[in-house]
Amino acid sequence: MTRIPLIRRPDVLAVLVGLTVLTLLATIGAEMGLVSTSFVKTLGKTLCLCLVAVAMDLVWGYCGILSLGHMAFFGIGGYAIGMWLMRARTEDIVAAQLANRPLPPTPEEIDQAAATQIFGVVGSDQFPWMWVLSDVLAVQLIAVVLVPGLLALIFGWLAFRSRVTGVYLSILTQAGTLALSLWLFQNDSGLRGNNGLSGLQNIPGLTHVPQSTLSLWFLWASAIALAATYILAAWTVSGRFGSVVRGIRDDEARVRFLGYDVEGYKLVVFTGTAMIAGVAGALYYPQAGIVNPAEIAPIASIYLAVWVAIGGRGHLWGAILGAAAVSLLSSWFTGGGAPDIDLGIYVVRWTDWWLVLLGFGFVAVTLLAPEGLAGLILRLTRRRPDRIGDMGPDKGALRREEASAEPAE
Amino acid sequence: MSALLEVSGVSKSFDGFKAIDNLSFAIGEPELRAVIGPNGAGKTTFMDLVTGKTRPDSGTIRWGELSRDLTRLSESRIAREGIGRKFQKPTVFEDQTVWENLRLALKGTRGPLTVLTYRRDRAERIAALAEEVGLSDHLARRAGELSHGQKQWLEIGMLLAAEPRLLLVDEPAAGMTSAERERTTAMLVEAAKTRAVVVVEHDMEFVARLNCRVTVLHEGRVLAEGSLAHVTADAQVIDVYLGRG
Ligand SMILES: Nc1ncnc2c1ncn2[C@@H]1O[C@H](COP(=O)(O)OP(=O)(O)OP(=O)(O)O)[C@@H](O)[C@H]1O
Ligand SMILES: [Mg+2]
Repeated sequence: MTRIPLIRRPDVLAVLVGLTVLTLLATIGAEMGLVSTSFVKTLGKTLCLCLVAVAMDLVWGYCGILSLGHMAFFGIGGYAIGMWLMRARTEDIVAAQLANRPLPPTPEEIDQAAATQIFGVVGSDQFPWMWVLSDVLAVQLIAVVLVPGLLALIFGWLAFRSRVTGVYLSILTQAGTLALSLWLFQNDSGLRGNNGLSGLQNIPGLTHVPQSTLSLWFLWASAIALAATYILAAWTVSGRFGSVVRGIRDDEARVRFLGYDVEGYKLVVFTGTAMIAGVAGALYYPQAGIVNPAEIAPIASIYLAVWVAIGGRGHLWGAILGAAAVSLLSSWFTGGGAPDIDLGIYVVRWTDWWLVLLGFGFVAVTLLAPEGLAGLILRLTRRRPDRIGDMGPDKGALRREEASAEPAE
Repeated sequence: MSALLEVSGVSKSFDGFKAIDNLSFAIGEPELRAVIGPNGAGKTTFMDLVTGKTRPDSGTIRWGELSRDLTRLSESRIAREGIGRKFQKPTVFEDQTVWENLRLALKGTRGPLTVLTYRRDRAERIAALAEEVGLSDHLARRAGELSHGQKQWLEIGMLLAAEPRLLLVDEPAAGMTSAERERTTAMLVEAAKTRAVVVVEHDMEFVARLNCRVTVLHEGRVLAEGSLAHVTADAQVIDVYLGRG
């Protein structure tokens, strides 16, 4: 059997071409004044959500681990970069204020003033311990991947080693996520409690660059990150590694009897995808401008699973479709884009009813097209084999309806 | 000939029910052995114990030249030691092609990071294996689309791919046509030329064709052992097993 080189695979090509066209159109549109800065930011943020959806699809759609905690890793990535953004910018501002004094301020004075500025809202004037190296960009950039990676490694090691699977594992990930967000809500967590970190759209050292330009830079960066991750993910799930991982999803006991250490593979996938989620968050929050504990709430991770389910689990490009479609629709409905419907006795305001619509959409997809958008597209272009049972005995196994006739490689 | 696998005094109860009762069993290398016994005799449980799926309540399971205790090793570790298993119900990866299934089973590195980076496919070896189990024309098909007999063969092919020293085969001929059975017998006899093979089977005709030593299990114990002619002449065996069938 001859294998198609990765770069010539239709899905890889489609993603690369799609991203290039999108970013070029947005750039040209923005330069001509046709596309607003806020819409460019919406596009950039959407690409970051697509990125974390690819991670979710790897861990759930391919490895069968329904993690309901990957948005926590996304949030941690945002906090990690946010600490540097907020501190460096605040220090710039206080330095400028103090510069008018007869005596130039010492670094300690600037530090002190910045700490008071940042932590005044939670009644503190000291940098907490975890901010020790937050003025070093490189450290915070490393933290973007390292902190989610380490947390996932420890959590995964404990959970997988005890062979926690299926719904119990999902509940455990939700519990972990809830614990993290409750801790972040506390004022003495060292991360400004429910205020979160703000002003993240202002990039220290780039204050002379207008937001209209910065937003384009972030759009390009997000597109590049998504393209690179897509290629990396496609490479990962092709070849024998992908076979093992899909085997674990459908029948992990069988994989064990072939001599593969199932727990080790799960750990690699869980940790790797947590790191991708961290990167996605680090690109997202400077575009959003603010990160707070509500972003890490358990519901966010459930949404992520919904996007992937709607897009079609087990197809990387399906995850992108699902995340893009749902989050763009969501900002259209909740941003007042959709006109209210006046029923005479009751006015349907989409800002209130969007979630209900999303819920119905999810139920409809589950009932009518369990293979998601990707499966619908494949169904239109290819014949689906007639199958009797699911693809394996495990809870996370691909269901009969999800198995489209797409060859793995 | 020293034993490759030596099970001694192993017992296993499920909720007070003794599925395996002080069982002792040994097999050398190479050797072909048939294990027969009525339903619920503990044949599958015996394989579960050897492959680490279930842990015995007492007794030891020794393996290889070093007499390593298998009861302390994980399932995947036992498989890497060279023990391959075919399940009673054919279990192949239905979502994956025949080719992918065989590649998954090929002897070689098993660690996540090496598997991720080491990407040689060993296409000739896979083609040869497919040839051996008669699936050459089906390499690109998904295993889920194969017939029942073809799935059984694919699973045997996967076992051979791993080049194990001991092969445990649970009811390979179940649900096969007689032509398929004949072919399966040939595959197993061929495989047993270079390794130890234990075949669990109900069908006496099939066992007769294997033409090997037979162990009769009953209520978790060995009832008789010897040639097929010898065990079928045993009064106890006739009583509990053959007499009913
Ligand atoms: N996990 C388990 N939990 C409880 N009881 C079990 C378990 N596994 C096996 N048993 C019981 O142990 C006994 C032996 O079962 P086993 O499957 O080993 O029989 P077998 O010889 O393979 O039978 P068959 O010919 O029907 O395949 C049966 O009575 C079965 O119900
Ligand atoms: Mg059995």
